[in-house]
Amino acid sequence: MESRNKILSAIAQNQPASTPLPDISDLAVVDYEVVEKFSATLAGIGGQVVDIVSVREVVPFVKNYYEGAQRIITTVEALGDMAETDWREADPHSLENVDLMIMEAEFGVAENGALWVTEAYMGQRVAPFITQNLAVILKRSEIVPTMHHAYDRIGKADYPFGMFLAGPSKTADIEQSLVLGAHGSRTMTVFLLMSE
Amino acid sequence: MNHPELAERFIKDADRTTWHDETLWWVRQKRDKAAFQIPEWEALREAASQIKHNVLSNLHEYLLAFEEKATANGIKIHWAADAQEHNELVLRILKESGAEALIKSKSMLTEECNLNEYLTEQGVDVVDTDLGERIVQLRKEHPSHIVLPAIHLKKEDVGETFHIHLGTEKGNKDPQYLTEAARQHLREKFVTRKAAITGVNFAIAETGEFVVCTNEGNADMGAHLADVHIACMGFEKIIPQRQHLGVFLRLLARSATGQPITTYSSHFKKPRPGQQMHIIIVDNGRSRQLGRADFRNSLKCIRCGACMNTCPVYRRSGGHSYHSAVAGPIGSILAPNLDMTKNADLPFASTLCGSCSNVCPVKIDIHDQLYKWRQVLVQEGRVPFSKTVAMRAMTFTLSHPGVFSLAGKVGRKVMGMAPIVVSNGLNPWYKQREMPEPPKESFREWYAKNRNGKSE
Ligand code: SF4
Repeated sequence: MESRNKILSAIAQNQPASTPLPDISDLAVVDYEVVEKFSATLAGIGGQVVDIVSVREVVPFVKNYYEGAQRIITTVEALGDMAETDWREADPHSLENVDLMIMEAEFGVAENGALWVTEAYMGQRVAPFITQNLAVILKRSEIVPTMHHAYDRIGKADYPFGMFLAGPSKTADIEQSLVLGAHGSRTMTVFLLMSE
Repeated sequence: MNHPELAERFIKDADRTTWHDETLWWVRQKRDKAAFQIPEWEALREAASQIKHNVLSNLHEYLLAFEEKATANGIKIHWAADAQEHNELVLRILKESGAEALIKSKSMLTEECNLNEYLTEQGVDVVDTDLGERIVQLRKEHPSHIVLPAIHLKKEDVGETFHIHLGTEKGNKDPQYLTEAARQHLREKFVTRKAAITGVNFAIAETGEFVVCTNEGNADMGAHLADVHIACMGFEKIIPQRQHLGVFLRLLARSATGQPITTYSSHFKKPRPGQQMHIIIVDNGRSRQLGRADFRNSLKCIRCGACMNTCPVYRRSGGHSYHSAVAGPIGSILAPNLDMTKNADLPFASTLCGSCSNVCPVKIDIHDQLYKWRQVLVQEGRVPFSKTVAMRAMTFTLSHPGVFSLAGKVGRKVMGMAPIVVSNGLNPWYKQREMPEPPKESFREWYAKNRNGKSE
C-alpha cells in the first residue's frame, strides 16, 4: 500500500501536461481483396488454407492428412462423431496427449493472417497450445481487412480470455533459423468455409 | 568493465563479429520489407507516438482505472517501488501458494530486477521457457537482445550446451533437432509446475486486461496450466483503450522481426476458475525518468528491438557489451537513469547516426536523447577524462569554423607524415579500424580552388 501511494504520487507530480489522443479511425489503407490477402499471408507464416463448402468435409480431410492422430478433440458440435467433445471441464493437464484440436474462429484478419478466438471457442485456454496440431474453421465471409477493423468488431465484448492466433508456433532463436513447432502447435490448418 | 572494453573482447573473433553484424542487418531488412507493405506506416508510427504521449501525460489516471478494472475482473494488483520489492513480492506470492518451482516466459522487467538470481538464492527453482532465454540460462549468461536473447550464439554453441544439459547428440547442431529437444524438455516442466511468470506487452486501462505477445506459445503454455499466474509490468505498459491495440499490434512484430503479427497475441482478462492471477506494477526508476523532460519519451518504448538491429555499434559490439538488461540504443537511455555512475559509458556507445530514431515504431528521439545524456553526464562529472576532453574540443571546434578548417589541415598533415601518432592509444577511433588514406586536399580546399569555374 505504501509503495502504491508513493509511486502514484511521484507519477502525478512528474507527468507532463496532458496531450490529446490521436484520431485513429481513418488509418487503414485497404488496397487488397481480403480473402486472397488472408490466404496468402497465412501461407507466408507457415499455416495452410483448405477451402471447404461444408463442415463435414473436415472429416475426410482429417482422416487423410492427420492419419496417425490418436487423440482428437473439438469444440465443434457437428464433428462430435469423429472427436471428443466432453473434455471442457477436465483438468487442463489431461490434454497433454492431444494430437489434433479442431475449433472455430470468430473472424480472421487479412493483413496478418490472424484469427480472433475467445475462450468460448477454445473450450479450454490451453487446448490450442498444448495440442500437437491445430485446425480452425473460419467462414469466408468473416474476414476483416486490418487490425483496426478487428478491434472495431470486438468492440466492448466481454471475454475472460481471447487471442489473435497467426499460424503454428515458431521460433528462430537458434541462429535465426525458422523452426515450426516451438512449444505450441506444430501445424495449423485453416478450413475456409464457403457460406452455405 | 565498460562498453569499449567489453566490445573489444567481442570483436576479437572477427568472423563472429561479421556474422553477428550481418544477421542483425538481415533482421532489419525484414523489418523494412514488412513496413514498406503498409502504405500508412508513417501515420501508424505517428499515431503510436501520440497515444504513448497521451499515456505518459495521464499515467496517474490510467493506472488507477486499470487497477480498478483489473481488480473487478478478479486479478490481484500489487505495486513495487523498486527491483527489491518486486522480487520480494514474487517470492511472497509463491510461498503463499506453496509453489517451490516456477516457469517463466520472457520478461525484460524480471531481467532488469535480477529476479532469477534472487529466487535461486531463496531456493526457488526457476526455468526460463523462451527457447533463447533457456539457452542463455543453461549457459549461465544473460540475454544479449530483448527480442532475440541468444543472438550472440552460433548453433554449434547451442548444440554443445544442449549436449551437456539436455543430453542431445554430441556435435549435432541442427536447429530443428535442437528445438525439438528443448520442446520435449520444457513440456515436462510446463505440465508439472504450479506457478508461471509472464511479462506484459500492453495493459489496457479501459478494460483491465493485459496482452502478452509470443511466437513460441510458451507464455500461454505456462499460464494456462499453472494454478498461479504472476504477470510483471513496468507501469509504462499502460495504453488507454482496447482499440489502441490495433495500432500497436500492427507495429510491434513488423518492427521486431518483419512478421505481420506474432503467432500469439493473448488477451488475459480474468483468471480461470480456481486460478490466481496477479499483476505486479513496477516503478524502479520510471517515475524519475517521467520527470526528466528530455528523457521521458524513452518510456514510450514497446521493446521491439528494431533500434538494436539497425545500430552499427550494437551490431558490431554485441548485446553483452552494454552490461545492462536492455542493450542497444534504448538501453543506453534507460540505464543511466537507473545508475548514472555505472552506466555513464553507455550514451557514448553510439555514433549518433540516427538510424535508431528512424526505425522506432513509437518515434522516440533516441539519438537526441543519447546526445543529451552525454551532456548531463559531463556536467555531473561522471564521464572519464578522455571523453570530456574530446567532447570539449569538439564543441569548441564546431563553434569556431576557422579552427575547424585548420584542424582538418593539420590532421591531414599529421596523418600523412606520422601515422604512428594517430594510431596511438589516445585515439580510440583508431582501434580495430584502418584509418582512411588522408585525401591530398579537403573538399573545403578543393572548393576554394575550383569555385567560379577556375582552378588555380
Ligand atoms: S526504442 Fe523504439 S525501436 Fe528501440 S526497442 Fe523501443 S520501441 Fe523498439
